[in-house]
Amino acid sequence: MKSSISIEMIMLLAALLFVLGLVGVVIRKNIIFMLLAVEIMLNASGLAFVAAGSRWAQPDGQVMFIFILAMAAAEVSVGLALILQIYHQHKSLDIDKLKEMKG
Amino acid sequence: MRSHPLIYIACYLKMDIAFYTTALVTVISTVMVITRHNPVHALLYLVISLLSLSLIFFLLGAPFAALLEIIIYAGAIMVLFIFVIMLLNLGKETAKQEKEWLKPKVWIGPAILSIILFVELFYLIMMAHAVPYSLQIVNSKVVAISLFGPYLIGVELAAMLLMTGVVGAAHIGQHKKIVLHRFLKEEEPL
Repeated sequence: MKSSISIEMIMLLAALLFVLGLVGVVIRKNIIFMLLAVEIMLNASGLAFVAAGSRWAQPDGQVMFIFILAMAAAEVSVGLALILQIYHQHKSLDIDKLKEMKG
Repeated sequence: MRSHPLIYIACYLKMDIAFYTTALVTVISTVMVITRHNPVHALLYLVISLLSLSLIFFLLGAPFAALLEIIIYAGAIMVLFIFVIMLLNLGKETAKQEKEWLKPKVWIGPAILSIILFVELFYLIMMAHAVPYSLQIVNSKVVAISLFGPYLIGVELAAMLLMTGVVGAAHIGQHKKIVLHRFLKEEEPL
């Protein structure tokens, strides 16, 4: 079936989602919201991979999407455990209060 | 479906409309995710964003990726976030604090810089002339053959990564009263 959705439109959507995730990481001070925004960025890159795989009718795009999914799951589990530990030690999720490394 | 050209055109148009509507829903819900004050509201909008993204995957002819998006992202990762929000008991005071933090003075600079970045991406993507591509469905059989054929080492690495994630989360998540190293403890008579 011939579709009139061009690959540029899908790539633009992926770019827009990625930029939105970037904005979310930068403007938020609560660490949970930053993790959510990182998820948005990972999703956007997954969309780009799937669109490219669909464009050339190759399975590699979806394979990369599965790898991104596995990485996101591992990252979220470790990240949320770290957030729990941070909350127990500092009683806060504000990233400005967590400057232990004086960076 | 191919018997009449009019039906064919209608189908073609419908898919187009479906794609643009879903893309609009995705973008709006993502904007809502990064602007909400209450964490649970942001999570609900993120679930909507993931569901509409999975519909886009389906429209792109990748049904396996669409299913994985719903099952793993909306089903498993979001549940993890909900558990953590429940454990930390983030409620109205968090929303109030977020409201204080999210002032235009804070977000306007990064937003402008990101808009510049997006305009650059827009320009780069639009430099190539638009090619409407024929939609080919990549089904799960082809993906599985590729996954367990040339990408086998990647699958094993992903499995190791997931196991490391589980062990790491279990180790980090446990409660410890003192966070001193066991050799340092002997040397510190304080």
